[in-house]
Amino acid sequence: MNIDLLRRLSSARAISGQEDDARQIIIAAIEGQVEELRVDTLGNILASKPGSQGAGRPRVMVTAHMDEIGLVVRGITAEGLLRCYNVGGIDARILPGLRVAVGAEALPGVVLWKPIHLGREQKSVPLDKLHVDIGARDRAEAARLVRPGDMITFAEGFSQPGPGSVRGKALDNRAGCALLVELLQDAAWPCDLLVAFTCQEEIGLRGAQVAAQALQPDVAIVLETTPAHDLPDLSADADERAGGGPAFNPATRLGAGPALTVMDTRMITDPRLLAWLRAGARAAGIPLQLKSMRGGGTDGGAIHIAGSGVPTAVVAMPARYVHGPAALLRVSDYDHTLALLRSVLPDLSAATLARD
Amino acid sequence: MNELIRKLTEAWGPSGYEHQVRRLIQEEVAGLVDEMRVDALGNLICRVGSGGKRVMVSAHMDEIGVMALFAEPESGYLRFEPIGGLLHSTLAGNRVRFEDGITGVIGVHDSFGVGRTSVPALRDFYIDVSDGAGAAVEAGSPAAFWREFETRGTRLIAKSLDDRIGCVVAIETLRALGRQAPNELHFVFSVQEEVGLRGARTAAYAIDPELGIALDVTATGDEPRNRKMAVTLGGGAAIKVHDSGLVVPPAIVAWMEGCAAQEGIPVQRELLDAGTTDAAVIQVARAGVPSGCISIPCRFLHTSSETCDIRDVQACVELLRQLLGRPIELDAA
Repeated sequence: MNIDLLRRLSSARAISGQEDDARQIIIAAIEGQVEELRVDTLGNILASKPGSQGAGRPRVMVTAHMDEIGLVVRGITAEGLLRCYNVGGIDARILPGLRVAVGAEALPGVVLWKPIHLGREQKSVPLDKLHVDIGARDRAEAARLVRPGDMITFAEGFSQPGPGSVRGKALDNRAGCALLVELLQDAAWPCDLLVAFTCQEEIGLRGAQVAAQALQPDVAIVLETTPAHDLPDLSADADERAGGGPAFNPATRLGAGPALTVMDTRMITDPRLLAWLRAGARAAGIPLQLKSMRGGGTDGGAIHIAGSGVPTAVVAMPARYVHGPAALLRVSDYDHTLALLRSVLPDLSAATLARD
Repeated sequence: MNELIRKLTEAWGPSGYEHQVRRLIQEEVAGLVDEMRVDALGNLICRVGSGGKRVMVSAHMDEIGVMALFAEPESGYLRFEPIGGLLHSTLAGNRVRFEDGITGVIGVHDSFGVGRTSVPALRDFYIDVSDGAGAAVEAGSPAAFWREFETRGTRLIAKSLDDRIGCVVAIETLRALGRQAPNELHFVFSVQEEVGLRGARTAAYAIDPELGIALDVTATGDEPRNRKMAVTLGGGAAIKVHDSGLVVPPAIVAWMEGCAAQEGIPVQRELLDAGTTDAAVIQVARAGVPSGCISIPCRFLHTSSETCDIRDVQACVELLRQLLGRPIELDAA
């Protein structure tokens, strides 16, 4: 893992539709390593990396989305508080009291909340009632600093709790971006790679749709970061469950290697690609897991039905607490995912897609 | 025709895993078409005839089922996610079959308590695949419901008549046409309809048709206290006017009804307020495609005992053959 690269990408502030910050870091990192580098109308970074033996092989698109979930300023109250709403899937229960950064200048702010002295009975604030306090005295002062449309991101910084883990905001999916950057920094591949760092995944897979339409690949691999909840079941009826009830489904587990999606709400993974990835991991001795829940969707949902269809697979790194200020990722899962891609991508051939 | 219906309805093919059905259809249509290919998602696309209009006819190969994604660590019970729109009230005690032929039985929490009269959430169901010797089904395996085909008079009773009966209509129409048609016909046996019309979308993009026709089952209104619909089982081929994803252009309805009247084929009009077919995505492919649907009336949809009537199936075949076997003139609306 290139920790410095991931640190810079995690710290980049880039909610869906305002991905400039992440885009700049990625372009600087891959310039000179790829050909046909360009930014399309929606803001996707597209590029190609020709293979040394590209002729006759499938054209593989590898993607990672750049955008992160966050909030956006929608107005300012007379008291100088920022009214805002969410961009992408965000859990209102985690927001009160949280430190956030507002606008291009990353003004420090805090999500409004009543201290415990004044109300123990306080419920979480619904997203449509959410306000952010930047310390302004009134609307005029706030309006000098902030405009409607300014993005609000988590302020929490990137850190390494220990040598084996990293913690930070936006690891979904800057970890995928870092992985793809590292992959592109490798020497030439036998196969042609088509590359897309996509925008607006978190609000509906919008960038990936046009990227796939533009690149028209034969196969696509989506690099993602996916929820792991490999933790004790602390829900109210956990004791009862211990008496023979259903086991807790963690979706994915940290440290168990890259997770393959069999099916999610937007895509059923092509069984040929599943078999290819599983065989490749087995041959290379890389641990692999299957995501054991269907929830959510990825860029694959848009890519596989683009044009006349694209066989697509999702390779994801498990992370706890995604879509929060401090997601937790194991370095080993990142490294195993990178190793898996380096191992299997050169073997992708027309035979991989043969039907019996 | 019943043997073909048996063969296709008893075949295994949950969405995304249609290969066994596709193989049976490939064998069946070989010699009936000018060209066939399998596209990136697995649609089987068969071309026959030339000249006239470029028409896409779509019947989906996939069926609803379950995806076993999580095995309980100690008991080995499989927890599953739905493939397509499962009816929870039909699950307990039902059997599913995995690709390798292993059969599982679906159970439900507290089956003689809450599970007896209520309709539990999907997370309360599980699949037992134990064989008493410790063999297990691997997590990540899809399964389809399992039930044998039966007939009762003119009634056909089977799992996955949705939409293998549409595939049968397409195959029998190809047989009746005998590779003679004054139109460029693309018969698509599509994948992944039940999870969001995904196969027909990409096939329509590739074919770029001038006219789309889906062949699919539709609900009937002749069951007690069920949805109010005019469609009856045995009432003839159902010509779709409207469903929740498609408004059929009046010129297409008129074309179909005119042909049926001329040929004396029994038909009825269909308006469906909950559900749609491949035609819904064909109509929005590229710059747009006028699209309609010929529906086969079917009771007990999405259960293991879907019920059609052979006379309706025959009417659908005859109507489609007459429509496609002559030059197509659609009145400007």
